[in-house]
Formats: sequence, structure tokens, C-alpha cells
Amino acid sequence: MAQLSCQNLTLGYEGKEILSNLSFEVNSGDYLCIVGENGSGKSTLMKTVLGLKKPMSGKVVTGDGLLQTEIGYLPQQTVVQKDFPASVREIVISGNQGRCGLRPFYTKQEKQRAAENIKRMGIDNLQNRCYRELSGGQQQRVLLARALCATQKMLLLDEPVAGLDPKVTADMYSLIEGLNKKDKITIIMISHDIEAALKYATHILHIGNEIFFGTRQQYLDSRFGAERGLL
Amino acid sequence: MFEQLAAYMQYPFVRYALIVGVLIALCSSLLGVTLVLKRFSFIGDGLSHVAFGAMAVAAVAGITNDMLIIMPVTIISAILLLRTGSNARIKGDAAVAMISVGALAIGYLLMNVFSTSSNVSGDVCTTLFGSTSILTLSELEVWVCIILSVIVVFAFIFFYNKIFSVTFDENFARATGTRVSIYNLIIAVIIAVIIVLAMNLVGSLLISALVIFPALSAMRVFKSFKSVTICSACLSVICAALGIIISIITPKGTPVGSTIVAVDIVVFFIFWLIGFIRERVR
Repeated sequence: MAQLSCQNLTLGYEGKEILSNLSFEVNSGDYLCIVGENGSGKSTLMKTVLGLKKPMSGKVVTGDGLLQTEIGYLPQQTVVQKDFPASVREIVISGNQGRCGLRPFYTKQEKQRAAENIKRMGIDNLQNRCYRELSGGQQQRVLLARALCATQKMLLLDEPVAGLDPKVTADMYSLIEGLNKKDKITIIMISHDIEAALKYATHILHIGNEIFFGTRQQYLDSRFGAERGLL
Repeated sequence: MFEQLAAYMQYPFVRYALIVGVLIALCSSLLGVTLVLKRFSFIGDGLSHVAFGAMAVAAVAGITNDMLIIMPVTIISAILLLRTGSNARIKGDAAVAMISVGALAIGYLLMNVFSTSSNVSGDVCTTLFGSTSILTLSELEVWVCIILSVIVVFAFIFFYNKIFSVTFDENFARATGTRVSIYNLIIAVIIAVIIVLAMNLVGSLLISALVIFPALSAMRVFKSFKSVTICSACLSVICAALGIIISIITPKGTPVGSTIVAVDIVVFFIFWLIGFIRERVR
């Protein structure tokens, strides 16, 4: 069974449809890129997958041992975070919060887990630094480490390279590729960057006036791929 | 000066004022960081004006124990204000402003129209600026304040990690299974309780100062959530104690609420300067 399957989703807000009849499946170990123009409903789709928003019709089903709350999430930066006084360690460990229920403090294992993920993202030298003083790329790594505390199965990344310079962008992509290949974490990435999407992804979902879902090769063979060839 | 202070300490009303002042300052500083970051700095003002309006209604209706009206009305307003959050049509700041001035106006109107006392403007001034009521506390009021403060502090410690998650990234917390709306509700209730308590100390006009100044000062210098929270609690307690002592020992007797806020302002500038210099040195 697929880890995540969206069945006949209709998305929109305040009664206005922006996407209809959207179906796709994500299997364990896949690397799916969601591409599409601004306003095509990428972030609405993301919120729906995360369970932050109800679809107007259709449903999102998780399976293969994945709970909806086990989807780790790398959001775009919010205004609040720009001047939030918090150390890197505090932010990473807060990724464990979902597991806590009513328990007020973090357990030893959860602290351990935070430390491991900090190391994994190569930011152990920044542990006690203040989040708002870090560079964009470093901040993304912190949020990625937090997302990894919340899940070991599936990550949803919302434009993870927005606003990063080319060098940092390349590092970020290879970091994500490592998580996908080595740690077998399913990746769903929302992206503007079709080049990179075609380089790393196994599957492509194109949303907009026309919806396409298929493997990378199918995408290249399709009308979209042909159009790219002309450009 | 110390002898003078020691002499004043003989009086129970001075001791009560200090105990209550310090406790309220401690409680109100705890959630300051969260409120500032959630862009709800003015919620203190808004809610205290609601409390003022409720107090006026209670006075007009002739209810002697006005806490029975003030507390629930303020808690409900807090929940409504914080629940609207980021998705509402009327944004947080506008909603706070609307409720704040609305309640103030209605309260003042009611007090004037159905006035039972001969000195309306005096009464209004007292509720707005707190003035002397902290020096006329009864033993019962002191105990109520102590119990509520202990509850607030323990609730804050118990929910500390959850408050952090919810403030830092509400969507992430919700997506990964934290029950965000419940914790927002708890934050709202704690704030309402603090504000009703603090009305005694500084009055409803100056409550925001008690909530935000220590947090803002601490944020100039400290870099982690824990250190900012601890620092702002300490600052708030020290400033409140200093303010009360100053207002008692100055010959003319300065108003308690505004003296505390003045001390808070001075401390803010000191911390701002420290932060500024540290940045330059680096």
C-alpha cells in the first residue's frame, strides 16, 4: 500500500475551487517534486496533505505504517521566526513535541535524538547559537533537523532553497538527496526549480490548468518535457 | 534610607503591596515573550479595558463581588482574541484595538450614566492608573493573589515546551500532532488571569508595560528562549520591587503603577544599550 495517496481531491478556499480531481500516490522511498506556477495551489495542497486544511472533496489517506502526524515538514520562514530568540538546540528538540502528549518535559531519548539530528545536518558547531543570527542555509538545516525529530519516514519540503545562493542551494539538494537515498526517507518537495526537480526526483506532479502525475521519465516524454526541449 | 525602609516594612500594607507587586510582575513577564512574538503586545491593554468595562457593568448592576463578572468576561475575550489568530478577517491588532477602545468607552459611559458615587472621574482614574488600590489590599486579596500566582507559574512551567513549539511555529506543531488549539486556549486563560490580577497593581492603562517591557529588554541581550524567559522574569520582579519602594519612600509618594513602568523603561534603555554595544564590538 502507498504511504500517501490523494484521491480525487478538490482544493480551494472560501468556496472557490482552484484545483479539482487531483489524484496521486507516493510510495516509500519516492522523491516527488510538485511543480506549478504561483497560485496554482501548491501550498494549499501541502496544507491539505499535512492535515492543516480540509479538502473541499476527496481525501488524503496515509498507509504503510505512516500516520498523518508523522510527516515531517520544512516550512517557509514566517515573520515570527525572523526575530525569535531561540537557540538551535531549543528549536531542534521542539520537533519531538508531537510525541509528548501531556508530558511536560523531553525524555533522554528525545534529547539524544535531537543531538543526533543536529550532527546529521552538520550544525553541531552552531548548537548554542541564536537562530535569528544564522544564515539562510544554516536556518534551513536547523528546521530540517527539527523535521527529522518529528519523523523518520516522510519529509515535506516547501521550497527549501528559496532565497539561498547557488552554492548553498547545491549543498541543500545533496543533503536532501542523501536523506532520500541513504536513510530511505520519502521526500515530497514543492519547487520552482524544474531543472533540479528533474535531476533528483523520481516522480513529478505538475499542477495548474493541466495536471500531470508520473515518473520523471514519463514527464520528460510528455508534452511538458517536449515543451522544455523546445525552449 | 534603609532605616526609613525598615520602618515602613513594619506596616502590613507595605508588606502586602510588595508581595502582591512582585508576584504579579513575575506572572505578567512570563508570557511577555510569547505575546510580543505573536504580535499581541497590545492584548494586555485590550483585555484590561474589557475588565474595566466588566467592572463598570458589575458596579452598575450592584454586584459586590465584581470578580465573578470580570474574570469570566475577560477570559472569554482573551480566548476570542487569540483564537482568531492568523486566519481571521479582522487581523489581531485591529481586533484588539476594537475590543479595547469599545470596552473602555462602554465602561466609562455606564459609569457616568448610572453613577452611584459622587466622584466618577476619581473612580475612573483609579481603575485606569491603579493609583492607591495596591496600598489598600486586604489579607484575603493577598492570599487570592498568592494562590493564583502559584497556579500561573506552575502552569507556565508545565506547558513551557508546548508554549515554545506553538509560538515558534504553529503550523509545524499542528502538522506533527501537537494539539495547538488547546494550548492556545491555555495561553489565553493564563493571560486573562494575569491581567485581572495586574489591574490592582498598575491599573488597566499600564498593564501592557508590565507584560512587554521585561520581555523586550531581555530580548535585546539574551539569545535563547529559556534565558530570555528567565531574564525577563528576574527583571520584572526587580523593577516592580524597586518601583514600589521608590513610590513609598519618596516624600510626596509617587503613584505606584507609573513608577514601576518608569523603572521598566529605564531598564529597557540600559539593556538596549548593552545589546547595541555588544553588536558593535563583535
